[in-house]
Amino acid sequence: MAKIVAGIGTSHVPSIGVAYDQGRQEEPDWKPLFDGYGPVKEWLKEIQPDIAIVVYNDHGCDFFFDKYPTFAVGAAETYPVGDEGWGRRPLPDFPGDADFSWHLCNSLVYDEFDITVCQEMEVEHGFMVPMHLCWDHDDGWPVQVVPVAVNVIQHPLPTAARCWKLGQAIRRAAESYGKDRKVVILGTGGMSHQLNGARFGYLNSQFDNDFLDKIESDPAALTAMTHQQIMEEAGAEAVELIMWLTMRGAIEGPVRQVHRHYYAPMTTGMGLIALEAAS
Amino acid sequence: MAEQVDKSRPIANTKVFTDEETRRGYRLNKFAMSLCKPQNRDAFKENEEAFLAASDLTEVEKQLIRDRDWRAIMDEYGGNIYMIMKIGAVIGQGLYQIGAHQRGQTYEQFLDTRNASGAR
Repeated sequence: MAKIVAGIGTSHVPSIGVAYDQGRQEEPDWKPLFDGYGPVKEWLKEIQPDIAIVVYNDHGCDFFFDKYPTFAVGAAETYPVGDEGWGRRPLPDFPGDADFSWHLCNSLVYDEFDITVCQEMEVEHGFMVPMHLCWDHDDGWPVQVVPVAVNVIQHPLPTAARCWKLGQAIRRAAESYGKDRKVVILGTGGMSHQLNGARFGYLNSQFDNDFLDKIESDPAALTAMTHQQIMEEAGAEAVELIMWLTMRGAIEGPVRQVHRHYYAPMTTGMGLIALEAAS
Repeated sequence: MAEQVDKSRPIANTKVFTDEETRRGYRLNKFAMSLCKPQNRDAFKENEEAFLAASDLTEVEKQLIRDRDWRAIMDEYGGNIYMIMKIGAVIGQGLYQIGAHQRGQTYEQFLDTRNASGAR
């Protein structure tokens, strides 16, 4: 079987990618953010997962509003770096595990999650920023990936509870896989931010820190939140945080916190939490 | 079932990207999405008027782009920020410039409201 050994919740702010590509990690205003990921990088080197499932949203790279899937799962051997309008970033393409992906897709659909299966999928900042924050990749990526895209930008969005249940279904799928694999799941996006209207730049660090507490100790409380509540308290684009619940649903039960970090320099609360299954 | 988007409780100074917004903004957002292709970015930069003329945007929508009127694009014409940013990128205005305009501030005024504006 494949075992989900750890979960990571992390922001995927695009400006982090730009700063990374420009080598600005040591600049005073950026250093706290990049340093915050150091312990997670070291921890991932120790646990050496085979597969990373990355739950993210496409911001207009491979999907547009002509047909925007609620849930889409990658089932490819390779995921190319996409062009979001700024040109291709200097990162290696991402290796997939199509056998595992197809098992996941079969299991999810028969478990009544009617996902879109993607045999070609270009990935973008929502997926890539968490990857390069968590893993070095000088010799290529040390882990195979499964992109899981969630619609969190064009309402109607899936509910928070639905995202949690998707995580539970991902866990069931992993546990029924025929090969032994060590899996880590990343829930990405957020934290508080708003990018539209005169409320642009709205932040709520208190909400963010409360969310970080609850994602660890009381995720059920978060699954009861409506999109309206999240948007009112944390900004319209903060609704991305429902994707962290997919991560937490996949490691439901007692967890041990490995690391936690928070920094809010500009317009988005940049949060990080790393959780290990306690069993 | 709890309402996920409660239209009886509009959030001040906020556009929630619902069916009304995505229908209203479809042409503008699709135009922006076309800029993921480098040849379209090149064509836009080379001759903006010709590129706009070849699009299916309405005259009003073309004028919004000529005017760089990000506030109106977002507040009144259904712009989705993730798409509209792609137009800004070609023009040389980033997310924070677009945001400052939406707030009715200069870029410098907006940066002054941030905790650590070097992280941009």
